[in-house]
Parts: sequence; structure tokens; C-alpha cells
Amino acid sequence: MFDVAIIGGGVIGCATAYKLSKYNLNVCVLEKENDVAMGATRANSAIIHAGYDPEPDTIMARLNVDGVKQAKELAKILNVAYKNIGSMVLAFSEEERETVKKLYERGNKNGVPGLEILEKDEILKREPNVSENVVCALWAPSASVINPWEYALAFAEVAAVNGTKFIFDFEVKDIKKTDDYYKIISDGKEINAKYIVNAAGVYSDKIHNMVAKPTFNIIASKGQYYLMDKAEGSKANCTLFQCPSSVGKGVLVSPTVHGNLIVGPDATNSDVKDKVNTTGDQLEFVRLTAAKSVPDINYRNSIRNFAGMRANTDRDDFIIEVASEHFIDLAGIKSPGLSAAPAIADEAVMLLEKEGLYLTEKDNYTLNREHIVFKELSNEKKQAVIKENNLYGRVICRCETITEGEIVDAIHSPIPAKTVDGVKRRCNAGMGRCQGGFCGPKVLEIIARELNISPLEILKDKNGSNILANKTKGEK
Amino acid sequence: MYDIIVIGGGPAGLSAACSAFENGAKNILIIERDKELGGILNQCVHNGFGLHYFKEELTGPEYAERFVKLLNETSVQVMLDTMVLDISNDKIVSCINTKDGFMQLKAKSIILAMGCRERTRGAIAIPGDRPAGVYTAGSAQKYLNIDGFMVGKRVLILGSGDIGLIMARRMTLEGAKVLACVEVMPYSGGLNRNIVQCLNDFDIPLYLSHTIIDIQGKNRVEKVIVAKVGEDRKPIKGTEMEFECDTVLLSVGLIPENELTKGAGINMDMRTSGAVVYENMETGLEGVFACGNVVHVHDLVDYVTQESARAGAAAADYVLNGEKNGEIITLKNGTGVTYTVPQKIRLTDNMKNAEIFFRVNKVFGLSKINLTSNGEKIASFKREHMAPGEMEHIILPKVLLDKAKNEILVEIDNEV
Amino acid sequence: MKELICIVCPKGCHLKVDENNDYKVTGNSCEKGVDYGKNELINPMRVITSTVKIDGALHKRCPVKTSTSIPKGKMMEIVKELDSITLKSPVNVGDVVIKNVSNTGADIVVTKSM
Repeated sequence: MFDVAIIGGGVIGCATAYKLSKYNLNVCVLEKENDVAMGATRANSAIIHAGYDPEPDTIMARLNVDGVKQAKELAKILNVAYKNIGSMVLAFSEEERETVKKLYERGNKNGVPGLEILEKDEILKREPNVSENVVCALWAPSASVINPWEYALAFAEVAAVNGTKFIFDFEVKDIKKTDDYYKIISDGKEINAKYIVNAAGVYSDKIHNMVAKPTFNIIASKGQYYLMDKAEGSKANCTLFQCPSSVGKGVLVSPTVHGNLIVGPDATNSDVKDKVNTTGDQLEFVRLTAAKSVPDINYRNSIRNFAGMRANTDRDDFIIEVASEHFIDLAGIKSPGLSAAPAIADEAVMLLEKEGLYLTEKDNYTLNREHIVFKELSNEKKQAVIKENNLYGRVICRCETITEGEIVDAIHSPIPAKTVDGVKRRCNAGMGRCQGGFCGPKVLEIIARELNISPLEILKDKNGSNILANKTKGEK
Repeated sequence: MYDIIVIGGGPAGLSAACSAFENGAKNILIIERDKELGGILNQCVHNGFGLHYFKEELTGPEYAERFVKLLNETSVQVMLDTMVLDISNDKIVSCINTKDGFMQLKAKSIILAMGCRERTRGAIAIPGDRPAGVYTAGSAQKYLNIDGFMVGKRVLILGSGDIGLIMARRMTLEGAKVLACVEVMPYSGGLNRNIVQCLNDFDIPLYLSHTIIDIQGKNRVEKVIVAKVGEDRKPIKGTEMEFECDTVLLSVGLIPENELTKGAGINMDMRTSGAVVYENMETGLEGVFACGNVVHVHDLVDYVTQESARAGAAAADYVLNGEKNGEIITLKNGTGVTYTVPQKIRLTDNMKNAEIFFRVNKVFGLSKINLTSNGEKIASFKREHMAPGEMEHIILPKVLLDKAKNEILVEIDNEV
Repeated sequence: MKELICIVCPKGCHLKVDENNDYKVTGNSCEKGVDYGKNELINPMRVITSTVKIDGALHKRCPVKTSTSIPKGKMMEIVKELDSITLKSPVNVGDVVIKNVSNTGADIVVTKSM
């Protein structure tokens, strides 16, 4: 019997697990895929938004601003790639200047620190690649970029170290209420828990409806992106937004935490919640729209395009509430969900306590995570870690300088990587410009060796995504 | 202190090291990231290598082995399984391996021979799902020829580069069904002999002026949509064809791998994606040379060998006699020319000629290669046939070079 | 009348070979094209390159080839014969793996010392 079952291993579920893991509780995270961070968490703009977008006095506004504050500290103690680079909302007309002014006022009401309105000269001085047509911009120094899946993974790893159980390939099919606990049912598996946290992302309406009357609908909205080579990384120094419209925050151009450039997203509603394909037409729309902010992005330096799914709802705010006895919804966590994640998790803990969950701190727990990133070490440190474990002396991913030691670390981490993409999310092998062309076969070999399984069983990503078909003729 | 450190032990590095040794350099080190020398040749088990250089048809591993044998007769040292992390502009090479850990090695001269990598799905932005089953032809080749695994059973190949064509034959012979090869350009990117021997022999259709517009599949590739493209290379609605397959192989071009070069602050050429080099393959950083596919992508390994031998000789000359000085002529590409290598020629007293390699930007029939300097004609060469997939080569004697002032324009005149 | 692309040099002449007229070749720009066109129709020959299993070496597969070209029609048959081979390291370039494979007169030889 678990005290708490968290449904969904995205950044919200993982952050909640992290925050709960310091208490004397038996907690599990139920995830339908084979790893954490497999939904919106791994396909988004990777921005910690400053907090001027949400309407004042909403849950969203409060948790966004709190989340930004927490992210800075968490990135440090969890060793998550994070850069505080600030953001601009660019205005290209006097009409849009009004929007910028409105955002400025809203931001101040929300308690966003350091907001300024910059004029054209200053903008072009800081961002020489921005279009000459820019009129003014809202500067938000607290905005940051982060590695979103590493953020979730770090939460999950620390939670796991503190005793949280992560159960993968567990798609919740039904939930039954008994007198004093919930029966959570998957294909041929069943788990009992006294409390449930619904952090199921685009499926959170479905999970909600298993225990309570429908109160909201998820409207999945797909966003498509380009990820560019580091050669384009200097086209923007901070995150460059356009003025928001009714369909969202619009197409942004931003350096990523790894020094690449990200361009996107568009927004199209999708009937199929897990169909995250890209399309030629919408990618073209992204290029054309981005050109308004930064005209000379060289798309020959694209290294990947991808799509993510936003969990929009028919309600304006985040849905963070008690849906039924001992059952908490963390639903409709659209943008700025990543920014607000740790604050949303605090909210969940508070609601659980209100529902009667008894919280006492463990004698022993950690909130920190160690994580070796070889290429960021000093020369002396490099020598030292190779001496300790010589696998750090062999580079497997050339583009990102990722060593065999880091890959082996990923495979034996508290939330072990079992797939090639799982390794990539944990240590960046295959993230670079060759997109795993050179290191893919080597990573596969290392996973097979470390887990002692046949290379034929190794997956790229989700179940069924086997990389190899069969052995060469003549091999048994 | 080494005389010369060669970075990369593929065909370029092997040839450069051998040549540097022959030309009198003593203390030479090759740093190779793999566990054996030979580079990508080790997985190119097909034949067709060495026709120019050895005047016989060798397989990739055989070609590599010839050079490893030559190398073994020299005193050149080799460090395997070692990765160079960084080159400083005062020629200190930082590298690591599992045995010696982190090292900083100093050299009088450095030869860059890191080769190239394949363009990926992302680089050409193919839309669709992101399932397993999409590989560069070279990755599939490694899985098949080195590790003994097939990546799929029903295969579509995008791009008619030679590696893709070679893989069409290899996978067919290993029991896979190759459905088609799709090429966005109106002409093939590979050699004609490979079209005949790798596609026609097995009745694999080649669709020119076509491209993939959608890849579908939840976890593994299930279906690929191909469409004809217009002259603007954009898909034409209504021409879509569906292919049920589990694998897409990409053979859509190679890009020189120049992270170390850029890190050292060496001046790059946007057209080649390699360093700007002089006629002796020296880069803009004194004493640092570059050769092979790290400078520009070659069609034949034989040409890599020749170019690298020049680089090796020049590096030895630099170590023994110091930097060359002389008037500098810049080569410019005019009509019909994509790039030239070298980009600059330094006129020195004892030079006999300069070799110029270049590529044309479309297929030319009977035509002339014209070289002019400030409007004045310097030389002209006739060609019956030129194509973007085939590197062109001319040799300019010193007497002609002396006629040039500051620059030489290379252009194609097809009004012959 | 058969149409072929000549593969003797990179130019790639579009040949026409008339099998009803003593394999007369047209469309060629040199004499080599005549020989190629004729042979390609009468008895096309190819070199096969492949790999066989090897134990005890750095890699699991050892590359091999036919020592001379073999009739095109026998390609599949020869490739099948390779399935039953397992080499043991060390091997050297030129070592014969199968003598007179499929009665073609060609041997299967190792192309990499491992």
C-alpha cells in the first residue's frame, strides 16, 4: 500500500515526488512510458518565464514567479544545466508597444523583478541580429533557460534515492475507490494508494474522470520547433519573444542552455494527444514568423525539428485543486508550467496535507544531486576523474564530448537509462550536430554490455522502437 | 615537443604522416580516436578504392592496410583510442585516453585530418514522426559491416550519394528489400558505376527530383511519403507516393568536422565548411596544416591521399625550414564554380606549380574553365563533361601564376 | 535494343546495344564503351564484397571479396555460401576463405588482417 501515488512522470509529477520524498511516506510515481520526462517535458521551449504573462491574482501568476525563484536555487543543488540570460518581448509597431506596456504593468503587479522597457537602440546594441523593425521591448532579467528533461530527471533521481518508487510501463486504465484507499489498475497490474496526485499532462482529464465528475477538458495543442547547431547559437543572446496573441506566446528565438538556438513554436490543436509529428507547412510557418524577430537564421544549420503537446484546457488558469477525497488534480499545466513546476509541487504537498496526509520529515534524506559533466571540468579535475575511473578517458559522443564514464553513469543512475534516447537525456550523448550518427552504435553497445542484454533488444526510445532488426546473415 | 602531431588516423592522417616522415620530419605522432587506424575505410568493405593511386581496385580495409604497412616502416608513433579535446593557437594539443588520462602535448606543426560526418535528418528538416528506423547510411554501414547487425528489412534510401548506393546493394545482398532510392536533385549525387552496380543490378528504382515529405510511424518507421519536386525543389501536390517500409537510410551529403579547427580560431571558408588553406594546405594559423575531408569533401580516397601527402611534405618543410613568405593571390569562384581549394596561393621562389581543386554547381557538357586576373586571361582548360558530384582538378605552372595580380577568378564558360 | 549507362569512366555515356545485330554498340564516345556494352549483355561480371563471422578479433565481422569478378547471376548463390563460414583470428589480407567459390574460378579472400 502506497501512501501517495503520483500519476505521470513529467516535470510536475517528478517535482511533486521530489518535494514529498523528504517525508516519512511511501510514494510511487506511475508512468505509462518506459522513462520519466517522455511527454511535454521533453518537447517544449525550455524557458523559465519571468512571470509577466499570467493575469494578476491567478494561481498561474503566483506559482510562476515563485517557480522562477526556486529554479535558480534548485538548478544549483541538483546540478541541472541552467542559464539566467533574461528575455525580451519585442514590439514591432506602436500598437504592439501598448502590449509591451501592458505586460510591464502586469509583471510589476505579479512581482516580477527588474522589468524594463528598452528602446530600439539599446535592443540592437544587446541583440545585433534582431530585426531593424523593432520598436521597443520588455526586458525581463529573471527569465532563464534550463534543460527541462534534466530538471525532471534530477527531481526523480533524488526522489528515488530518498525511496520513491518509479513504476514504468504502467498506463492507468481505471481507478476504483474502496473505503479507505484507491485501487489503480493497469494492464494486468494493480496498485493501491491512499492518496492520488493526478499529474498526467494531456491525459489528466481522463484520469480525473475516473474518480470525479468532469470539470475540465484538455485541448491538446501541438507546437513545432527547430533546434539549430551551435553555429547559430549566437544569433540571440537572450530569449526573444514576439508580442503574445490569443493563440499563445508566439514564436520565440532563444539560445538554449547548451548553446544551440531554438526556434518555435507554432500552435495547432490536435485531436490525437500523442501525435507529436512535425509538418512541412507548419515548419515553414515557424521559419517565416521567426524571421520577423531575427531575419537571418541559417536553417542549413538545423540539427533537428520536433513537436511537443501543450495541455491547454477550457479553463484559463492552472487547475490545482482537490477533485475528490484524497485526490489532487495538477491539470492544465500549460506554459508556464515548467517555470512553475517546483511551486506547483509545493501546492500539491499543501493540498495533500489539507486532505489529511500526515507529514513528518525523515531522519535522513537528500535534496542534492551530484552529476559529472566531463567537458565542464578543469584540466586537473579531468585528470583526477580519469584516474578514478578510466572510462572518463574515452570520448564516445564527439560532438558534445561525452565520455563512456558519463554514459555508464547514466545507465546505472537512480532512474536508470535503458534506451539510447534515455542515455541522451541524461548525459547529452547524441544531442549534437551528428545526432548520434557516430556515437549511436557505440551507446547501443555500452547499454547492451552494462545491462547484459542483446543489442537486438535495445530501444531508441519508447517500447517498440527497436534499433536493430536482426543479425547479419550467418550469425545465430 | 613533437615535430608534427597529426590529428586523425584515417586515410588523410596516414598519408600525411608517411609523407612528412619521407620528407625529413622526425618526431611525428598520430592521434586517433578509434581503436584502430584506417578511419571510415574500415567499414567500407566494398571495392573501387585505389584505382588512381595504386592502379588497382581495392576494398576500403585493403586500402587502409597498405598505408598502415607503410607507416609501420617509419618511426611515426601512434596513440589509439585517444580523443583530442582542444588545440590552442600556440600548438598545444589537449587530449585524453583511458591509459594516460588528460595530456597536453606540444608540437612545432599540426596536421588536421579529422575527416567529415554525415548530414542528418535534422539538417535537411524532414518532417513527420520521430520513430526508430531512420539512420544515416554510414551508421547502418557500421552496424552491418563491423557489428554484424541489420537495421531493417524494408528500406527506402534518401539521397543518391555513394554511401547510400553502396548500402542499397549491401542490404539487398544481406536479404533486405530496398524499395527505392530517392534524390531531390535532377541528377544523381553518386558515381554512375554505383548506380549501375548497386541499383540497376537489383532493379531498385531511382527517383530523381523527388524527396521525402513525411515519415510516419509510432515507434518504428511504418510508412514514408515521397513526392516529386519542382525546379524550386519544393514538393508538388498530387505527386505523392507511399512506401511501406521499416527503415529510411540517409545519404544526403557530408560535412567537414571542424570543431577543433574553429576552436583554434582558424579562418574558415563558408563554401567548403573547411579551413581556408594555401596551396601547400597550410591554414591561416602558421604551422597548422589541414588535409582530406576536413578541408573539403572528396569523391575518391585517392585524391585525399594525394592532397594529404602534399600537406605532410609541407609540414615537414615548415619544421625544417620555417614559414614560407611570398605574394598572396586569392582564388575567387565565378560563374558555375561552387568553391576552390586552395583558396589562396602564396608565390614562393622555389615553387613549380599550384594544384587547384574545385566543384561546379551544375552539370556541364563541353565547356571551358577560364582563369582570369583583374579581367586579364591567365589560362583556359577544356572539359567535355563536368558535374557537381565530380571534383575538378587543374595544375597551374608558376609562369602562369606570375601573370596574376592579387586574385584569380575561376569560372566556367559553356558557350564553347 | 538495350540501353545501358557505361561505367568505365565517370562520364557515363548512354549506350545502346543491339543484341540482334552482333551486339553493335552506339552512343559511346570511346572504344572501351564498345567492350563494356557487349560484355554487359553477353556475360555481365561483378566483384562481390561482403563479410563473414570472425571470432577473437577486434570486431565481429571480417570483410571478404571475390578474388576476381564472377558472373552477375551467381551473386546471391555466392553470398549464401558465406553464411556458413566462421574465421578465427588471426587472419591476413589475401587469405583464402573459400576456394573456387560456386565453381566460378574465383576465391573468397580476406580483405583485412584481423
